[in-house]
Amino acid sequence: MRSTILSILAAAAAFSLSAPAEAQEKTLTVYTYESFISDWGPGPKMKEAFEKTCACKLNFVGVADGVALLTRLKLEGKGTDADIALGLDTNLISEAKATGLFEPHGLDAAAAKVPGNYSDDTFIPYDYGHFAVVYDTQAIKNPPKSLKELVDGDPAQKIAIEDPRTSTPGLGLLLWVKSVYGDQAPEAWAKLRKRVLTVTPGWSEAYGLFTKGEVPMVFSYTTSPAYHMVEEKTERYQAASFSEGHYIQIEVAGMLKGAKEKDLAKQFLKFMVSPAFQDVIPTTNWMMPAATTSQPLPDAFNNLVQPTKTFLMGSDQVAKNRQAWIDEWLTAMSIN
Amino acid sequence: MLTRAERRRGIGWGLLSLAGIAFFVGIAVAALLSWDAGNTQSRLFAAYTWRILRFTLLQAVLSTLLSVVFALPVALALARRPRFPGRVWVIRLMALPMGLPVLIGALGLIGIWGRQGVMNSLLLKLGLEQPISVYGLSGILLAHVFFNLPLAARLLLAALERLPAEYWLLSSSLGMKPFSVFRFIEWPAARRVIPGIAGLVFMLCATSFTLVLVLGGGPAATTLEVAIYQSLRFDFDPPRAIALSLLQIGVTALILIAISLFPAPDDAGITAGRATRRFDGRTLPAWLWDVLAILLATIFLILPLASIVGAGVQANLWSLVNSPAFLRATWTSLTIALSAGLLAVLTSLAIIAGRGAISDMKTPGGTAKAFSVSLGGMSSLVLLVPPVVLGTGWFLMLRPFGDVARFAPALVAIINMLMALPFVMRVLAPAVETHRKRTGRLSASLGLSGFSRAWRIDLPVLARPLLTALSFAMALSLGDLGAVALFGSSDLTTLPWLVYSRLSSYRTNDADGLALILGIICLALTMIGTAGRRETNHG
Repeated sequence: MRSTILSILAAAAAFSLSAPAEAQEKTLTVYTYESFISDWGPGPKMKEAFEKTCACKLNFVGVADGVALLTRLKLEGKGTDADIALGLDTNLISEAKATGLFEPHGLDAAAAKVPGNYSDDTFIPYDYGHFAVVYDTQAIKNPPKSLKELVDGDPAQKIAIEDPRTSTPGLGLLLWVKSVYGDQAPEAWAKLRKRVLTVTPGWSEAYGLFTKGEVPMVFSYTTSPAYHMVEEKTERYQAASFSEGHYIQIEVAGMLKGAKEKDLAKQFLKFMVSPAFQDVIPTTNWMMPAATTSQPLPDAFNNLVQPTKTFLMGSDQVAKNRQAWIDEWLTAMSIN
Repeated sequence: MLTRAERRRGIGWGLLSLAGIAFFVGIAVAALLSWDAGNTQSRLFAAYTWRILRFTLLQAVLSTLLSVVFALPVALALARRPRFPGRVWVIRLMALPMGLPVLIGALGLIGIWGRQGVMNSLLLKLGLEQPISVYGLSGILLAHVFFNLPLAARLLLAALERLPAEYWLLSSSLGMKPFSVFRFIEWPAARRVIPGIAGLVFMLCATSFTLVLVLGGGPAATTLEVAIYQSLRFDFDPPRAIALSLLQIGVTALILIAISLFPAPDDAGITAGRATRRFDGRTLPAWLWDVLAILLATIFLILPLASIVGAGVQANLWSLVNSPAFLRATWTSLTIALSAGLLAVLTSLAIIAGRGAISDMKTPGGTAKAFSVSLGGMSSLVLLVPPVVLGTGWFLMLRPFGDVARFAPALVAIINMLMALPFVMRVLAPAVETHRKRTGRLSASLGLSGFSRAWRIDLPVLARPLLTALSFAMALSLGDLGAVALFGSSDLTTLPWLVYSRLSSYRTNDADGLALILGIICLALTMIGTAGRRETNHG
């Protein structure tokens, strides 16, 4: 009897919660991360704009983040419903290609221009952001002007960073320090450690601590201040410009080998680097557009830090060394 | 005193639940193990693993000790003062931390104890220069006590309130001093439930994830749960995740066994079932002590909650509540929580029936004893199976049968049910066992069984523990993020998921507001769980 109750409950829960799927002639399924398709994200506007041009239905499936996106694709394998995966970053590309699930797009993607001139036969960038230390101008009068100054600075001024074991910004900081310090990275971490208030599992936790005033600096993006300027009309939070240059995160999308609607998928990838898509990115995803927009960006974006140099490690190099570098980081950060 | 049919039925129910749980966990593990990972890294028994294992255990042991030690005086004081204005609200308050997403609780704690928190501002005003830092082991312990002290106190209080009224009559007519009351009445009752409570708190702290990372200050504070998450989510290395999970379960099981070796005297007196009235503790020192214990605990709990409320009311609550996304998420959350809660209560009843049937045997054989032990073990250890393992395993399993999004709500409900099971068992098992002992013979001699017995004998007495257990389980499921995060589909958005989603798109205000609403919903649930409490307090 208990099992009957169980199955009834399970079935009831399943039916009451899953929306009925409407059948239309053509549906393009795009896997992405959750914040992309949330009410405030670019998803809803994008869907509207693309459906106007394609006479099709655009179906978004959102998972937690870019890493979860790749995991989901691995789990689903060749039978995945996804036509497009949107939201991987350059660090994941090598691993994504190794799954053999993606197919070269065969398009002219010259419209997409990102610092460091990244281009790829399989993945097309749709936006990018430079990592940066964002600080509270009310708490910090003299922000660090370089990564070295951050590392050697006053340990009483704290920063919240993300964990490279569980988050992509965390991995970004790891690679940035590695790019600047090379073999000296463990020593740099040992010094920086004294300024680190805490290491959070993801960006949201660290940024939450920051906006609550608990910590005056946080590891985020050069574009973060744009949100506060545009949406909250405040210039209180600013990004620090580092003289060595900034590490970049490029977000890309690619087409799957098993895509049922390949023409539609290619059409979407082209749409992705067109102004209709790019116009929406800055003020919804709070990243820099990867291609031309139809109008100039809001003023706030002109006041952001413009890195003079961009760091980006090859995806293969990252894949090969990630574990070793994380181990190195763990050791440097755990010494008492 | 069960009839043969009843005993057989009891064992049947127990077997069914045992098989159900084993099936659910087993399928997930099997699916993951059959996955061809190809690139398994053999770093499992590296120094890193041992280091985090050591830290996991250290912080869990300390957290458990502190939670239980501080909960005891609070529970004793509340039990000794069955009537004072606001008592029921103190108890309701205690159910709140559990229903909050951990990150929200952590932010609330930081608002009070953090570098810029209330406590440090106070210290600064008093002229003390060095601000206390909450990050590190101390922060982890603080947070774990915040989440688990109320839990331990509520379970202890429930045990004390089950004591027959005759005890208090007798102790008063014997003129027992407070210490004797503690030694001969309260402590034996508490000691009976403390191993179970300590085990539960220990498991919760051992599997802690977000709290440990956010408040731990750095990777020196890492639990096995973090490593499991990393190996499944970031590295996608299922064999390693399974191996780490087994390590986690194995080590924790050893500790739970050690805890359960402490003798727990069986103590269920015969009672006429009259309402409890306490005659002791009427001296001024006793009164002061109780007021102090209750007051301190209340302040400790209420301050972080107040800071959550303070942040929440700054949001535009009206437009939040009216947004379709919120309504959908609330509906989803409540449906899942109710399904999970009911399932957890039913499964617990089945397990209790199974164990009751075994303990009723005059000479239970080895198999029967092993069965009883595995029922008990299964119902508590299941908390240690990381939700990320269950979710990923079932995802792999169900994938060939169509869109996983369709199964996701049911899966999340079952995973939440498994997480809630140990809690529900702690609430229900002692209540049901005591009740059976008190009414078993009488019902048998009256020839009452089946439905009429459930309706006339069991329900009136067990309604309250059942409601408490249900509200416990629902609150737990409402606050849970882990199980949902795995399936992540736009059709399945729960309230905690919405909170995180708002946070990850800079909307901190909205997140604060949603957290406040989530807290209010949990409070409403605990009001159901504590309903009917008042009438039993009439002397």
